[in-house]
Amino acid sequence: MTETELLLWVRGPALQVATVIFLVGVAVRFIEILMLGRQKDLAEARGSALAGGLRTIVTRSVPDRGTIQRSTFNVVAGYVFHVGFFVVLLFFAPHILLFHEVLGLNWPALPTPVIDATTVVTIIALLAVLVHRVLHPVMRFLSRFQDYLAWLVTILPLVTGYLAFHRVGVAPPPTLIAIHILSVELLMVVFPFTKLMHAVTLFMARYYNGAIAGYKGVKS
Amino acid sequence: MPCVTDTASLPAGAGENLTHNVQPLLHEIRHALAKLLEDGDGTVIDLRSLPLAPGEEQKLLDELDQGEVTAQIQALGPTEIIETRYPGVWVVVHFNNDNEVVGKFIEVCHIPALLCSQQEDIREGLERLSHHLLEATT
Amino acid sequence: MSKDETLGEALRQQGISRRGFLKFCAATASMMALPPSMVPAIAAALEKARRPSVIWLSFQECTGCTESLTRSHSPTVEGLIFDVISLDYHHTLQAASGTAAEAARETAIEENYGKYLLIVDGSIPTANPGYSTIAGVSNVDMLKEVAKGAAAIVAVGSCAAFGGIPHAHPNPTGAVSVSDLVKDKPIINVPGCPPIPVVISGVLLHYLTFGAIPELDSLSRPKAYYGQSIHDRCYRRPFYDKGLFAEGFDDEGAKKGWCLYKLGCKGPTTYNACATTKWNAGTSFPIESGHPCLGCSEPDFWDGGGFYKALSMPTEDISRTAVYAIGAGAAAGVALGALNRAKKAKATKAHEKVTINDLEKGN
Repeated sequence: MTETELLLWVRGPALQVATVIFLVGVAVRFIEILMLGRQKDLAEARGSALAGGLRTIVTRSVPDRGTIQRSTFNVVAGYVFHVGFFVVLLFFAPHILLFHEVLGLNWPALPTPVIDATTVVTIIALLAVLVHRVLHPVMRFLSRFQDYLAWLVTILPLVTGYLAFHRVGVAPPPTLIAIHILSVELLMVVFPFTKLMHAVTLFMARYYNGAIAGYKGVKS
Repeated sequence: MPCVTDTASLPAGAGENLTHNVQPLLHEIRHALAKLLEDGDGTVIDLRSLPLAPGEEQKLLDELDQGEVTAQIQALGPTEIIETRYPGVWVVVHFNNDNEVVGKFIEVCHIPALLCSQQEDIREGLERLSHHLLEATT
Repeated sequence: MSKDETLGEALRQQGISRRGFLKFCAATASMMALPPSMVPAIAAALEKARRPSVIWLSFQECTGCTESLTRSHSPTVEGLIFDVISLDYHHTLQAASGTAAEAARETAIEENYGKYLLIVDGSIPTANPGYSTIAGVSNVDMLKEVAKGAAAIVAVGSCAAFGGIPHAHPNPTGAVSVSDLVKDKPIINVPGCPPIPVVISGVLLHYLTFGAIPELDSLSRPKAYYGQSIHDRCYRRPFYDKGLFAEGFDDEGAKKGWCLYKLGCKGPTTYNACATTKWNAGTSFPIESGHPCLGCSEPDFWDGGGFYKALSMPTEDISRTAVYAIGAGAAAGVALGALNRAKKAKATKAHEKVTINDLEKGN
């Protein structure tokens, strides 16, 4: 297989397969969870479950002071790599081009030097959280294969993207791009079956928490 | 006579003040001039090796403008040598016999080497002259 | 000009002055992408260089590469390049034809065995030798025969270097590149469709000047010309970095000369000298004229999934796949959810309450 054939396969059939696995997986798990349903609350409502739920989806994005003090590193490194990941994913011109093609939506891109720097910072943050996970006795004890897998498939697109952008390494540029796209496809395939699914379920969890509190008329 | 300037057709507004190659080049020339003054070392910049935007070459040449010296060489097609308004900064443009540009340089030196008569040519000229005088006397 | 003369002697005999020679060297340095400070070294080397015999073989090609070379402006081909090499066989350019032409080739091989330079343009068909023949000899046979005695081979154009357009899917003639067939000779690939004229002559001059092949990259291309991507040397690069893109060929961005990445520009993955050397005696290059780079100096550029589609774009309709996938996923989710519910209901139904007696029994 030549480098162009590899790139064509990655951009064509492989992307199709990855998209199907990703979307079918996410849809199945999402609907399964929804269909579990909630126990009917027989108590009289003291507030709006809906308003409480929606508010909590937003408010939980801001860590409370106690959490910041208890695990400063987790909060900072976690925020840096999450924000960095999405900035790079959503505001790099070639990525926007892809979203435009698939979703029909378009938005302005960030300057490439900004994307470049963000990528480096994100990679550093991800390396830091791995070191922390390995060194921290409790975290190491709690970590399973799946946690390391989720970390790996998250950092791979960033590293391969960085290599492809700077065209470093022994492989010719089309191969570098192919490897980058493959790493994203790997992320898409692994996503629905690992904790990475939290990117979807976190909204459900927060909504349910907020809704319970809202129904009771208290803040969550 | 062929013209030094390159009037590539370009869309209005394209390249203007946007790619910024002109300023750095002028700075490079300034450094080269300072070096020439200090240690007498010349510098040659090959304009064809730079990724210039449309119009930038013209802009650079406009900036440098024309100074006191203009020279024309006829060897393997014309070559035009112009001292810019900054003494010691020369624009050298080589053309082939079809008046197509084959090289474009900015030379920072006391005098471009090509203007000086070459040893081999002087020797050949001397022979010719001697031969001519010999013929005239006999 | 006899073959034993050095280039310096030959030029002086033609009445070219030292000044003219130095000018030729300056243009040559520029052409070879060498710094102007190399001119004295080039002059010294060229002075002593002896013109090599060159055999040019054209296989499955369009003559575009030859057309490109004969338009190599810097010291014109007619004037100098072919004065400094001895082009002993080129079936398009030579005056001789038929048996006489082939005899010229054989003589050149015999007289310069092991020393001549072989230039090839066009790909070589392997599916059926009859697809392309010259004087009844198949391209494969002729290439192998001539390559045997060559000092080095220059594969000019993307067809000779990588198979090019004849090699494009589905490749009906089984076209292959020179390097697919010849393994035991140094090969310089000078790809492009066509290659930039001065790059072709620059490579030939490099061989002539230094008597050796230039430094090559992983695809056997001379690094002097193919060392940097179009993207890295593009004057429109600042627009890419600022995120300013032309979205169409006639929109505001296109008029302002913004980056053509979104229009499918292959600049980021294409290595060539277009952005600096430019075309037509340095007039411009495709991007300067408002058209994205096609990537013609890269392998399989014809099959890259569309000239107007960026390399990072999907080649198939992902949107439709996505809609179907979500639909199928939702349906499967509902089915599985229902199954879960039924299971739960069944479990609830089968549930038996544990009484104090049961617990006591267990003791």
